[in-house]
Amino acid sequence: MADASAQTGKTMVGADRRPGRLKEFWSYFSENRGAVFGLYVFAAFLLVAILAPLLAPYDPSAQFRDHTLQPPVWQAGGSWEFPLGTDAVGRDMLSRLIHGARFSFFVGIVVVVVAASGGIIVGLVAGFAPKWLDTLIMRLMDIILAFPSLLLALVLVAVLGPTLLNAMIAIALVLQPHYVRLTRASVLSERSKDYVTASRVAGAGRERLMFITVLPNCLAPIIVQAALSFSTAILDAAALGFLGMGAQPPTPEWGTMLADAREFVLRAWWVVTFPGLAILVTVLAINLMGDGLRDALDPKLKRS
Amino acid sequence: MSPVIEARDLGRDYEVGGGLFSKPGIVRAVANTSFAVEPGRTLAVVGESGCGKSTLARLVTMIEEPTSGSFSIGGQEVTPARWSKLRTDVQIVFQDPYGSLNLRQRVGQILEEPLKINRRDLSAKERRARGLEMMRLVNLREEHYDRYPHMFSGGQRQRVAVARALMLEPKLLVLDEPVSALDLSIQSQILNLLNDLQERMGLAYLFISHDLSVVRHVADDILVMYLGRPVEFGPRDEIFDAPRHPYTKALISATPSANPDNRRTRIKLSGEIPSPLAVPPGCPFAPRCWKAQEKCRAERPPMEGRPHPAACFFPEN
Repeated sequence: MADASAQTGKTMVGADRRPGRLKEFWSYFSENRGAVFGLYVFAAFLLVAILAPLLAPYDPSAQFRDHTLQPPVWQAGGSWEFPLGTDAVGRDMLSRLIHGARFSFFVGIVVVVVAASGGIIVGLVAGFAPKWLDTLIMRLMDIILAFPSLLLALVLVAVLGPTLLNAMIAIALVLQPHYVRLTRASVLSERSKDYVTASRVAGAGRERLMFITVLPNCLAPIIVQAALSFSTAILDAAALGFLGMGAQPPTPEWGTMLADAREFVLRAWWVVTFPGLAILVTVLAINLMGDGLRDALDPKLKRS
Repeated sequence: MSPVIEARDLGRDYEVGGGLFSKPGIVRAVANTSFAVEPGRTLAVVGESGCGKSTLARLVTMIEEPTSGSFSIGGQEVTPARWSKLRTDVQIVFQDPYGSLNLRQRVGQILEEPLKINRRDLSAKERRARGLEMMRLVNLREEHYDRYPHMFSGGQRQRVAVARALMLEPKLLVLDEPVSALDLSIQSQILNLLNDLQERMGLAYLFISHDLSVVRHVADDILVMYLGRPVEFGPRDEIFDAPRHPYTKALISATPSANPDNRRTRIKLSGEIPSPLAVPPGCPFAPRCWKAQEKCRAERPPMEGRPHPAACFFPEN
């Protein structure tokens, strides 16, 4: 509480300079330790994904036939040549995991961008549309939501063909209704406020009201949802990969790696554990970060 | 002088409820309301909550279409086709300065938005110049231009709201309870500012309020409404000194007085406002009126009489 009041004191003194919104955001965000931790882990994974070719000791699909199923370095039989061991055909686990980060982030970003932009536009339309169109859109979204999401994604991939791209399309489609509902709900609550009426009295057209007046005020929950569904996307892509409906071998995608290695679970624990851990840590970090975002962006929790 | 706004029998109905199998009920939020405001004058609309004051504001600001009657602005009949043209002549200031400003826009953007929409011939530089000029006019400092609304106090925000409403140089300003969300000391500041601006720019005000002590301070004419219908319309002094409708009298008697010697007998009204879904056939005030008679319950009294019109069969004065 003490540093919070010091914070307000600081902004009072610096009232002539406009305190940056980013700074204010950070002061709320950093109150949540877990969120900051999540952000760091997330940043680290992002860095790994970007620099993968530089960091990885070997090509992810290079096979070292003399070293199949070699254990990690700290176990008897391991060597520094392959710090996390090798898989059944002698590929270096560490290189594959590092390259796998690329696929996971790629999936996360593409899915979130596609689902969020589509969902926001549909949600805005639903919020401003006449009642019949609104009802039509929302019932359609309810139908999509009524299916177990992974099952629906599975069906979509089965129809489209099992590739990573199709898996991403399927996951984006499955995640979209959440954005639609969220956007519509906040549009409806914002739309009745006086500042929107004032804009209308000033002559603002519908597009202006939608995108310039209302949308910026609805973004906070959408950003949180985007952060959280980033992890859902990674998880779903891994699940689809595991079921053989996502990235195909020899792609070093974490879920696909798990699937490839499942027969060796008892003999070589590392081939299953490391990809699983990578998924776990990434998803956990993103979820922690998303929680912090929610705290920082939710106006109801803000002390002004 | 010709009036800025002239309303004739203005009315607005809403359909409420009505599911798949039930017929929707009709609420007459505003009915048979006629008034006129001249440049430089203030018409105060008073009445308790739910009497249709705010609906009237929505009609006049062309947010909603009247379902009956008509009104003209500057001599031009208002129809939805002409809304976009006449819109710049009527602007509004809302009650709550916390909800009426977009929190994601800087004050400058808020002020420039009306110009951006309606005056496309202006350059960004001219817009800024006008915005800054308007800020001076409402006694805000220039450095406030790049700040966000949440950095301001309620009174300052209300100044921003007034400034925004004046950006298009309207002829009529609708003030929807502009001071009731503010502290008493800030109230007088804003009221003085409004008075000042009215004198300087020859604005006409439609001042909506339930606070009679404020109304006494600002109004030239007063329109008293009850359940969506006007019950009395006249100059301020006549209304305050010699109210004709019993409802007006009760309303005035309920205003607190600062002078302890001046104890007026307060008229206590019994009962609630009837549901707007089922307005009694006669005078809508009859169920709460202490002098209601058979005639009041059977027939709706017309707005008539001297020296100013009131809708009552048995007026007080």
